[in-house]
Amino acid sequence: MLNKVEDNVYEVPQGYQKGMRVPGRIFISDDLLDMVEPGTIEQVANVATLPGIVKYSMAMPDAHLGYGFPIGGVAAFREEGGVISPGGVGFDINCGVRLLRSELDVGTVRPLISDLIETLFREIPSGVGATSRLHVSDRELTDAFLGGSGWAVEQGFGTRKDVEHCEEQGCLKGADPAQVSLKARKRGRPQFGTLGSGNHFLEIQRVSEIYDSEAAKRFGLFLGQVTVMIHCGSRGAGHQICTDHLGVLSGAVRKYGIELPDKQLACAPIGTPEAKNYFGAMACAANYAWANRQIISHWTREVFGKLLGEGEMPLVYDVAHNVAKVEEHQVDGKRERLYVHRKGATRSFGPSRPEVPASYSGIGQPLLIPGSMGTPSYVLCGQDRALELTFGSACHGSGRIMSRTQAKKTFRGTDIKKALQDEGIKVVATEPAILAEEAPGVYKPSRQVVDVVHNLGIARKVAQLVPLGVSKG
Amino acid sequence: MVNSVKGYEYLEHTADVMFRAYGDSPGEMLGSAALAMFNAMIDTGTVRPQRTWKVELRAESLEQLAYDWLSELLFLMDSEVVVFSEFQVDLKQDGEIWRLEGLARGEGIDRSRHPFENQVKAVTLHQFRVEGGADGWMMQAILDV
Repeated sequence: MLNKVEDNVYEVPQGYQKGMRVPGRIFISDDLLDMVEPGTIEQVANVATLPGIVKYSMAMPDAHLGYGFPIGGVAAFREEGGVISPGGVGFDINCGVRLLRSELDVGTVRPLISDLIETLFREIPSGVGATSRLHVSDRELTDAFLGGSGWAVEQGFGTRKDVEHCEEQGCLKGADPAQVSLKARKRGRPQFGTLGSGNHFLEIQRVSEIYDSEAAKRFGLFLGQVTVMIHCGSRGAGHQICTDHLGVLSGAVRKYGIELPDKQLACAPIGTPEAKNYFGAMACAANYAWANRQIISHWTREVFGKLLGEGEMPLVYDVAHNVAKVEEHQVDGKRERLYVHRKGATRSFGPSRPEVPASYSGIGQPLLIPGSMGTPSYVLCGQDRALELTFGSACHGSGRIMSRTQAKKTFRGTDIKKALQDEGIKVVATEPAILAEEAPGVYKPSRQVVDVVHNLGIARKVAQLVPLGVSKG
Repeated sequence: MVNSVKGYEYLEHTADVMFRAYGDSPGEMLGSAALAMFNAMIDTGTVRPQRTWKVELRAESLEQLAYDWLSELLFLMDSEVVVFSEFQVDLKQDGEIWRLEGLARGEGIDRSRHPFENQVKAVTLHQFRVEGGADGWMMQAILDV
């Protein structure tokens, strides 16, 4: 049913499903396509039915079954006649990744790795039921919703330089705290400054390979260097904001007479009160997530400072994986303001975009692609070709291929821990079962996924990072 | 209080948790669904039903009420840092309006005794459905974990 357009590009024809306004495009290799469930292709087709969608409903090479959009889904909507949908963002609004770099060599850190990862596990609350060391007031929570990373820096969690190295400078404009319910505040407050559980993690890594020495140098990366990757999102605040607005937007679908193939694609026409309110609340959650990662970075630096005398650890970059944003793109020769939804996808802006921080000008923004626990993570840089092909987007991870129940049947957490330990990777987690669910074998090989975006020219490989120590919630 | 449940089953899903919950009545089905949701996170046998939380909801459809019931339990879990293991649901239909009076029993989360395997972030509307009649009731949901 899919048409191969060229290497790594497949088209979901407009006739695949009733009501598709545009075709679908899946950017994937032949090998990876074999791992994609039919439901995922159906979800790409479902997104193509939404009003005002531009060019294609897209999926990145890590695509897998989601709800509403597939995971790895990207779609852009016209300001005029388009919609905004929480189905294209997800519940964990601005789940994202950031990378801190040290000046330390792996040889210095390895003897201390157990102490280091256990201290990080203790100092940075993670797992279900973990509550934060922070006790923010209602007013402070509002300021965090409005200010994101910048707010956290003003409170003493980091430096101004950190803010420059965040996508959107760590603050999505248009946040409207009045659209955040009391429930979302109640869920978000005790979890502000916590890592979360599931696939969220904090990982100590070493740079194991450099592919592009010029870009690596500009990003401050060198072979054998120790880095820290933090993967988390907007916690209960984001989950509740999405839940609340999904209800409102379900009503909007009826009110504006929009036909949907999937209730999770509930949406409202851009410019309507329902759409504005959702966007204002979603921006609050995105900013909460940026502040959260900023606070966790600060605590990470404190631990490295205390144990290794290495407290600076500059931020390489921070990328959002689940977000809808207003961006300008070229469409049919004209500059247009579009609402770009990325659900399990990363922005990949090349050198021509003004959003790329000054320190990386001429190179492109860094992309951070986490692997699973035992597999490598990658740093890439954005390429201008992504603007032509994917509205400046690329993959966000490796993508699941095995269900959690199947993973628990196949793997035992204690075996996974031992196998990783034998490879020199120290893992701490609240429960062994979490390790089984997140075992390396449940994800696609991360190398194959990044090779697709590299070969397509939508992002370029810069460095490979392998884990030394992992803290899982 | 005994769980007033008929049962539930998990269905294969790559990334998330999908379940079907059953009951002779819509209330029994909603009790089963809550248990399915919490057992996806933790062996609820480890949770002592020491305290009772009361939930009151109203909605214009049973489907909406089912979604709100599960979402409300997740809200209580996060905001009060608690976990539940027993549920009882009473439903009334008043013209177009469905009313729910539910009880959830459980306790504060104690990480030394509660081995969580993951956390449900939210209930999705993807393939969410409620069906029923004289032969019994069934609902299906996919949970974002």
